[in-house]
Amino acid sequence: MGDLVLHLDNINKSFGGLSALSDVNLHVEEGTTHAIIGPNGAGKSTLLNVCIGRLKPDTGKVTFAGEVLTGREPHEITQLGVARVFQTPEIFQEMTLLENVMIPAFSHRDGAFRLNANKLLSKQGEIRDEAEHILEDVGLKDMMLTEAGSLSRGDKRRLELGMCLILRPRLLLLDEPTAGMARHDTNQTIELLKKIKSRGMTKVIIEHDMHVVFSLADKVSVLARGQIIAGGDPQSVREDPKVKEAYLGGAH
Amino acid sequence: MTNMKKPSFNDTMLILVFAAAILAMPLWLDPFGGNYPDLLQKFAIYGIFAIGFNILFGLTGYLSFGHAAFLGVGSYAAVWSFKLLTMNAIPAVIFGVLFAGLLAAIIGFLSLRRTGIYFSILTLAFAQMSYNLAYSVLTPITNGETGLQLARSDPRILDKLFSDGPASAGLPSTELFGETMSGYPGFYFCAVLLIIGFYISLRIFRSPFGLMLKGIKSNQNRMKYTGLNTRPYMLTAFIISGMYAGLAGSLLAVTDPLAGAERMQWTASGEVVLMTILGGAGTLVGPMLGAGLIKYFENIFSSFDDSVLQQAFSFLPDSVLEIVVPVVGLFVGSGWHLTLGLLFMIIVIFLPGGLVEGFRRIFNYFTSGGGKAETQSVEAHNQAGE
Repeated sequence: MGDLVLHLDNINKSFGGLSALSDVNLHVEEGTTHAIIGPNGAGKSTLLNVCIGRLKPDTGKVTFAGEVLTGREPHEITQLGVARVFQTPEIFQEMTLLENVMIPAFSHRDGAFRLNANKLLSKQGEIRDEAEHILEDVGLKDMMLTEAGSLSRGDKRRLELGMCLILRPRLLLLDEPTAGMARHDTNQTIELLKKIKSRGMTKVIIEHDMHVVFSLADKVSVLARGQIIAGGDPQSVREDPKVKEAYLGGAH
Repeated sequence: MTNMKKPSFNDTMLILVFAAAILAMPLWLDPFGGNYPDLLQKFAIYGIFAIGFNILFGLTGYLSFGHAAFLGVGSYAAVWSFKLLTMNAIPAVIFGVLFAGLLAAIIGFLSLRRTGIYFSILTLAFAQMSYNLAYSVLTPITNGETGLQLARSDPRILDKLFSDGPASAGLPSTELFGETMSGYPGFYFCAVLLIIGFYISLRIFRSPFGLMLKGIKSNQNRMKYTGLNTRPYMLTAFIISGMYAGLAGSLLAVTDPLAGAERMQWTASGEVVLMTILGGAGTLVGPMLGAGLIKYFENIFSSFDDSVLQQAFSFLPDSVLEIVVPVVGLFVGSGWHLTLGLLFMIIVIFLPGGLVEGFRRIFNYFTSGGGKAETQSVEAHNQAGE
């Protein structure tokens, strides 16, 4: 396995008096899929929000590939190669699927800002080709001229994943990518995530569904009441008595 | 949103039809009583104002309530250019656009820190501040309540340099290389700038920059997580839109070299919002339609009085006439605001996409109804071009 690429050191975060994360340390190896599991309210989403710059931790810092992410703007973090799939798909509802994917393609090519007001969209063939290619990868090419708002929940997730993939991220953060999906859709999404695994990007995935976790993850960390209580390869985590206790005697 | 499928041929057609419709306004507005230069100039000038406003509001969804400030600054800059440099319209227009752009950069930089209603209130506050400053502290520049006017004693440095004869008696008039900028020449000058402005707006709508602005309107959060810094995009859109307003303001001064602070009042900011929504925010020709409609109402409907109505309804028997004329009279003349208000309510409730959506629905109704698609498409295009 490769080197450690993502470091979360001594992260503390509390909302009012409530401590959401206390002293979280997490290190992710390059090229692996690292799952974070835990009962409801364990602080999983807070952890991702801290990574992507949506929340500032009270103490501690997040480092990715030698760059400190803490304190940077979301767009700067994305420019460093970190992309995120949200729990509720964040897409451009009123636009076509093609436009949905072309927008991040422009962001990726042009950086944080470039005044492209004198060029015509219809002349941007290479961006369009790239977008069509990605839509084919996520299985939505047939619908590329329909409006994104009319998609099913599963398709919206796939679209959002495509919007992240076109950024060619080095680190992909996935927040419950299969929540609310039917089993068939879930399996399709697992296949898709397995397919992109071969591209060598690092993935951190938050997931409820153990079926998904054990099909995808190389490493698993268990978060309960804001603390990492166990970590390791999926098999050993499954056997860990502390994990069983957290799930049975915890929030459930 | 299918703009990528359309070949650019359609856009060329659109710009040609638009240009033809604008330049031919004196012809086709004649039967509607709208063919006099003063009104035609207003159509073109407020068309520019609304098209520019639409670049901000239509594309990014940020509702500015302070665009009248840029209109006013454009006017003041133009009149100062007439006073200090030359009566030629071109420097006046350039200075109007530049100063409005500069003010837009400052107001935009501060206001764009907030979104939604807070952004609207901030822009409104800045515009009201400019309006009040123009009456008080800035009186040396704005000439307060009297308004900024030309005087015989103005230096007009460039004009003095190039003219050899003695200055003529009376106030000079604004001109473009010898052509006086009032009446029809004034209209055509504004119309040409309107067509250029429309073309630039079309290019922005069709560019990657425009797509990014639409993305900000649709989901600003996702935009940030594509690695895009939304702040400079928004600021650029705000400045461009302010420059359009400055252009419109300077043209108001070109056609009538007088600038008053009332041009900056919040009602003027509200008017451009009405125009854009009435015609269809986010559409290309909608704002022009809205501007035309409102200016038409303001100038034509408001001039109807009872005698005009008596004439119009003279085919009715006298007893009916006595009822009809006073009732309709409520809606015309000084009551034209009532008609406009009702029209605005009807459009917002039934046609949230404005007049353009109305035309589109009619067009779709006919194309799905029969095989007359070809002729209908040409007609719809013409209507859209108005």
